[in-house]
Amino acid sequence: MKIHYYPGCTLKVTATQFESSAIASAQALGVEMLELQRWNCCGTVYSLANDDLIRQLAPIRNLIRVRNENGNAVTTLCSMCLNTLKSANLLINENPEKKRTINAFMDEEEDYDGGVEVVHLLEILRDRVGFEEVRGKVTQPLSGLRASPYYGCLLLRPEEIGIDRAESPTILEDLLKSMSAEPIDSPYKAECCGSYQTVDKADLVIEKTRDIVSWAARNKAQCIVVSCPLCFFNLDERQKDLAERESGTALLPVFYFTQLLALALGLGAEVCGFQKHVIDPRPLLSSKGFI
Amino acid sequence: MSRIGVFICHCGENIARTVDCARLAEESGKLPGVMVSVDYKYMCSDPGQNMIKRAIAEHKLDGVVVAACSPHMHEPTFRAAVVQSGMNPYLCEMANIREHCSWVHTDRELATEKAIDLVRVMVEKVKRNQELFPIRVPITKRALVIGGGIAGIQAALDIAAGGHEVILVERQPSVGGNMARLSETFPTLDCSQCILTPRMVEVARDPRITLYTYAEVEEVEGFVGNFKVKIRQKAKSVNADICNGCGDCWNKCPMKKIPSEFDAGLGYRTAIYVPFPQAVPNTPVIDREHCLKFLKDKCGVCAKVCTRGAIDYEMQDEIIEAEVGAIVVATGYDLYGIGKEQPNERWKGYGEYNYDTYKDVINGIQFERLLSASGPTQGEVRRPSDGKVPKSVAFIACVGSRDPEKGIEYCSKICCMYVAKHAMLYKHKVHDGQPYIFYMDIRAGGKNYEEFVRRAVEEDGVLYIRGRVSKIYKDGDQLVVVGADTLSDSQVQIRADLVVLATAMVPHKNAYEFAQKIGIACGSEGFYSEAHPKLRPVETMTAGIYLAGACQAPKDIPDAVAQASAAASKVQLLFSSDELEREPIVAKVNEVTCVHCRNCIRVCPYSAIDDKEIRDRHGNLIRMVAEVNEGMCMGCGTCVAACPSKSVQLAGFNDEQVFAEILALGHE
Repeated sequence: MKIHYYPGCTLKVTATQFESSAIASAQALGVEMLELQRWNCCGTVYSLANDDLIRQLAPIRNLIRVRNENGNAVTTLCSMCLNTLKSANLLINENPEKKRTINAFMDEEEDYDGGVEVVHLLEILRDRVGFEEVRGKVTQPLSGLRASPYYGCLLLRPEEIGIDRAESPTILEDLLKSMSAEPIDSPYKAECCGSYQTVDKADLVIEKTRDIVSWAARNKAQCIVVSCPLCFFNLDERQKDLAERESGTALLPVFYFTQLLALALGLGAEVCGFQKHVIDPRPLLSSKGFI
Repeated sequence: MSRIGVFICHCGENIARTVDCARLAEESGKLPGVMVSVDYKYMCSDPGQNMIKRAIAEHKLDGVVVAACSPHMHEPTFRAAVVQSGMNPYLCEMANIREHCSWVHTDRELATEKAIDLVRVMVEKVKRNQELFPIRVPITKRALVIGGGIAGIQAALDIAAGGHEVILVERQPSVGGNMARLSETFPTLDCSQCILTPRMVEVARDPRITLYTYAEVEEVEGFVGNFKVKIRQKAKSVNADICNGCGDCWNKCPMKKIPSEFDAGLGYRTAIYVPFPQAVPNTPVIDREHCLKFLKDKCGVCAKVCTRGAIDYEMQDEIIEAEVGAIVVATGYDLYGIGKEQPNERWKGYGEYNYDTYKDVINGIQFERLLSASGPTQGEVRRPSDGKVPKSVAFIACVGSRDPEKGIEYCSKICCMYVAKHAMLYKHKVHDGQPYIFYMDIRAGGKNYEEFVRRAVEEDGVLYIRGRVSKIYKDGDQLVVVGADTLSDSQVQIRADLVVLATAMVPHKNAYEFAQKIGIACGSEGFYSEAHPKLRPVETMTAGIYLAGACQAPKDIPDAVAQASAAASKVQLLFSSDELEREPIVAKVNEVTCVHCRNCIRVCPYSAIDDKEIRDRHGNLIRMVAEVNEGMCMGCGTCVAACPSKSVQLAGFNDEQVFAEILALGHE
């Protein structure tokens, strides 16, 4: 199966390990992710103002790029990109007039029809590959790894574009189970990580991190599994800040789900870029015999 | 040549202010066939009516047009008046020159012209009116009550007390319904079973009431006064005539771990069982889905221990046919499913409350069972997970109710009260415990209701927190309830040992299918529709079928009982005469021209049209036609419009009359 792939900026800079492990894992599962030849910033934060159409240009231009390459669907990894692209699609499909306005404004582009499907890699794994299929391809079961899945907000909300039930998602748990890992349920799994507040209100994000990580540690989780680069940054980086501030804080490594998937599929640590983590996950992984 | 009289009413100033009544009378008098045309200040007054009566005799009138208010107001008055002069009432018609003319116009000239038109139209119709006679249908004076909860019980007892036979059908093995599951009732805290069980016993004892438990209504045919019903008596596998209810069978049954429906899954029952100790009748039934005899052809212990030989594994379902004149529907309610699996698309459930996941998150009816002396804990408040007495309990109101996002917009009405009652009863049983109630606002309208809630707050120390709960999670052996306190504008977290969700009342899960089966309407939520929300609250749109209890809308016990008694009195009213008299404004099929396309049968909203066989004298079928049942036809005229061969006519509104009216408008 081939699908167009929209990376977004973070995947090319701070979250390269997410991209490399995702592309390799998908490949191993028979999914070829074809990076768009041209793409631009997703628009990052979806505008909640309904009349602020200029902010929809960036995501829609990206969707036009998919059409330029004769694509019907595009996958993406970053929760923010997914949310922005999907929301833009929803807006113009529900408001034909706004679609006309945007198309008229971008007269240098082909008109966009609103029909490009935006899917997250997790959805591809669940709906197209199937977790049973994944289980069959696992060569290195992650037995004994107690992982606390953390979804954050943008993967699940708003409900219309979420990839799972907003209040009680299980897609990450189901994936972890297919790799024989042990998911830990957390009441914080669908809460916000603090997002961009990390720039000028680090304290707030540290508080959120404490809630999320200390719950996981108390419930004997050995690591946290995320799918969003911003969640990753906040939990990884701010956990270190928290530890500096409060001695005795347990440091839990943070993983992208694709890194664990790549290990489980036997693709090795090379595609996982573990050296980029603030909290080094390698001691945990080698203690389990996974690397 | 017709001899029509036209009588024009001023209605005081109501009509005369805008319509020149003298001129109207003069112009009307010139219409062909009009013998007399007069105007008068109040035509509905005695002198006005006498004027009409005298004119009928004096001018030998064969038709009367009264130009006055809406026929909704005074048609019965004037028709009764003409009857006194020996005229058929259907030869008297009204031209509405008030609501349709004087009240809605200001220009006197134009209004008068319009009034002349309206009178002319009616004169042309009356010329073509025919004498019509009321339809009489016999009444079977026996009622069917569907549902043996408190509403059904009350309706059955009331109808029986009026001297009529009643058939009471209940799905469960015992009557009693949801009320039998409750502990104590607001606002007086009297024990629910103590006040209910005497009624249950009375139902079983009353010789005029035939009780079918473990039975369902399968089919309803016919019409008001003349319903034919089929009832499926499910096989109880126990011969009720022999069984003395000793209990040996259920005490010896080896299947002891079947979740009890009566205890809402908190307790267990056996495969042969009575749902609760005071069950009426006290005859057990075998649940064949869980019985080893039926599953594996093993065991048979109940038959061995029964000294009276009452167990009958061969028993089959039985179809009972009965004729009844009226039906009371009292099928009750269910609770909103809180978990992840929902019965329909619109309901979203509350995955974040983890009802399916945590044993100590329970719903209101489960807490009733924990409080009840006949419940799984013998009335001690012990939580399901580990049997500990909870020291703090969080009650959450409006779970499902008033939450369009989760699929239900309406208020379930009883939750504010029973949540206060729960908190109060909990405090009465666990003195050092702390109840918390999360609520939206408190709706305590009802006699002594507000006082009851105040008592919970002031005397029993119940802590009310105004706000919604966003999630419930488990931390150690406690539950953390995360919510908002909108009065102090802050977030709150309560550590509770037990959480009770006051879930919305919803219609019975097969409510829609059942409504279709018996031919009544239900709203979008599935609650059964009353004929008029204010003035006909216990009737359905189908004549002879009445509503009682929570199948119509969420309601508490006093309301359900009041409605049941009201429905019963409607039934008694129907049964007070031997024949039913109905207006003859019904459709009739011309069997000569009918081609049996069945269009009319399909479109009739009252299922009043049926197939009819036409046979020759040897009994050979010649052809089929449609036939209108006069007892059920409501005279809406839908069939008339749908008939492609113009073979259906509505008495009093036939094509000749209606076209004459239209032609009269185009005279200029």
